[in-house]
Amino acid sequence: MLDRNTSETKADAGQAAFGLALLVIALVLLAFIGQETKWVERTKLFSQPTFWSALSLAGMALFGLLHFASLSRKSFQAGDQREVAIWLRSAEFAVWFMVYVFSVPLIGFLPCTLVFVVLLLWRCGYRDRRSMGLGAVFAVAVVVTFKGFLSVKIPGATLYEYLPGAVRSFFILNF
Amino acid sequence: MDLLLASLQILWRWDVLLALLVGSIGGVIIGAIPGVGPAVAIAILLPATFSMDPIVGLTVLLGIYGSSMYGGAIPAILVNTPGTAVNALTTYEGYPMTQRGEARRALSLAYSASFFGGVFSVACLIALSPLLAKIAPMFGSREIFLAALLGIILVVIAHRGQTLIAAALACLGIFINTIGLEPIKYTKRYTFDQAWLAGGIDLIVVVLGLFALGQAFFLLVGRDKPVRLKAVSGSLFQGFRELFKHPRVAAISGSFGVVMGMIPGVGEFTAQFMAYTTAQKTSKTPEQFSNGSPEGLIASETANNAVPAAAMIPLLALGIPGEALTAMMLSVFYVHNVVPGPGLFQNQMDFVVALYIALLLLNVMVLLFLLGSTRHLVQLVRIPNRYMGVCILTLSFVGVYSLRNSIVDCAIAAVFGILGFILKRLSLPIVPIILGMVLGGIMEAKLRTSMNRVKDPLDFIDRPIAFILFCIILFVLALHAWRLRKERDAVS
Repeated sequence: MLDRNTSETKADAGQAAFGLALLVIALVLLAFIGQETKWVERTKLFSQPTFWSALSLAGMALFGLLHFASLSRKSFQAGDQREVAIWLRSAEFAVWFMVYVFSVPLIGFLPCTLVFVVLLLWRCGYRDRRSMGLGAVFAVAVVVTFKGFLSVKIPGATLYEYLPGAVRSFFILNF
Repeated sequence: MDLLLASLQILWRWDVLLALLVGSIGGVIIGAIPGVGPAVAIAILLPATFSMDPIVGLTVLLGIYGSSMYGGAIPAILVNTPGTAVNALTTYEGYPMTQRGEARRALSLAYSASFFGGVFSVACLIALSPLLAKIAPMFGSREIFLAALLGIILVVIAHRGQTLIAAALACLGIFINTIGLEPIKYTKRYTFDQAWLAGGIDLIVVVLGLFALGQAFFLLVGRDKPVRLKAVSGSLFQGFRELFKHPRVAAISGSFGVVMGMIPGVGEFTAQFMAYTTAQKTSKTPEQFSNGSPEGLIASETANNAVPAAAMIPLLALGIPGEALTAMMLSVFYVHNVVPGPGLFQNQMDFVVALYIALLLLNVMVLLFLLGSTRHLVQLVRIPNRYMGVCILTLSFVGVYSLRNSIVDCAIAAVFGILGFILKRLSLPIVPIILGMVLGGIMEAKLRTSMNRVKDPLDFIDRPIAFILFCIILFVLALHAWRLRKERDAVS
């Protein structure tokens, strides 16, 4: 059955790795508290700039430790490595996203979105003409709706500067 | 009467009515597509609403918030997949009805129950307004601090079985909010001398990362699964007749939705769970529950849809969001210099009433839309998971980049996207991080202000509302400890 809102994983796999990572991050950040926050003289404890950082990190470390300690023995065995490998697979799509982000100011919102959607659909296995065509229509619709109608702030691309006069203004304003 | 006319004047504009229409229909469509959900949609649209009038922007977001659960019932009933996470209990009753060949009856009942829940909660909100207008000004800094603290505690203990990790994640949210230049002494906190961290980490970037990018990664990494749809034909009006046969279930479930919606940090899940279990306990046919019981369906859908209007109460009256969606709406208020809180009820009551009327109108619009379009809407369920992931990833870019045209914001959102993906994979809660960020900021500012006027700790609770809130906090903690002990005894 289709299931998009619930995780497909076994509940235990990866819990220990995540709990440990959270705990280590909290402890490392706590170690920097003296360097990264200031203690101001003649100021009450609750008004100290360091107070909320210290309180939140201490809470994170304490609850993270208690959570880690409360995990069952099964949590430390049940496919942690495989689960972490799945986490890393999401990094591939983060890279796709960042490439898209870097390209837009150079190449433009419309061409980038078109290429991004079509290539990512290709990567995901939707290689038939209908899927790709619908993807292209979706890309154009996103650009027209957000930049054309809703006027969201996405600046014109460097590439548009090379277009002739009136076309350039039209592209900068709408695409 | 003058107030009503002034409120209608605010609403009676083509752009507001269009926003209401787009928001409510868009919300239904978003709800009907499993995997998108109102949080993702609101996060993506948030920056686009900043350039609109406050009432227009808020109406769009309110429309999505209030109507997505209507749409979420469609896949829950037809393919056993909740469109939004809070339609989960609807699958217990709706899908067995579909398997019995009663899909039309189940959908019709879900729409009627949702409509009743939505209208019931707006009616409660309107009835409570005079009382809220009187109570809200009694909330000073220390009362708001205690209410925010109560919100954090409730959101943590509402995640039963995950309380410790929810508390750790709420603390992570509070910590993220402290990064950057602090507002009183102007010292840097955890910037590691990086200029891009001096301004702090924007709430919207985190929201977009955790909800939109996290969901996109989740869908992209997952697999597509085949969907078998059952056809829906005939009129969908019969549900109201059946709803009126169970007025007690509808009224009790609506009341649970209103009460739970008003309490920060609790929301739809607790409301529908309590409504559902109460309906089962008091039913003459409890054995039908989980096998296609109309009462169960009414309880789940009425409670769900009663929450959005009620959740606006702590937001409007105190400026304290009860969950992630109202936290996002809070940022729309701030962008337009409309400060929700006691002052809003005193100075801009017409604006508040206009929001109530908008909520009422949206329920009518959604019902009419659904009655005419369900047959076509069900086709949305066919969109494959990974295809939807590509669409959400593209839209997420618009949300993050249009905020400040910052590549750094996009990188931060991508990192939070991976965190959101991991939390989803592990079935761990995301909401404590968001509420930690929002309520942490409120608590820091209010504690500083209130401690300046307090000489000894008991002074902090010497005002009636502060004392009541303090007692509620103690009661909630004691109740949680008692429950934990009872569970431990049961296990041993």
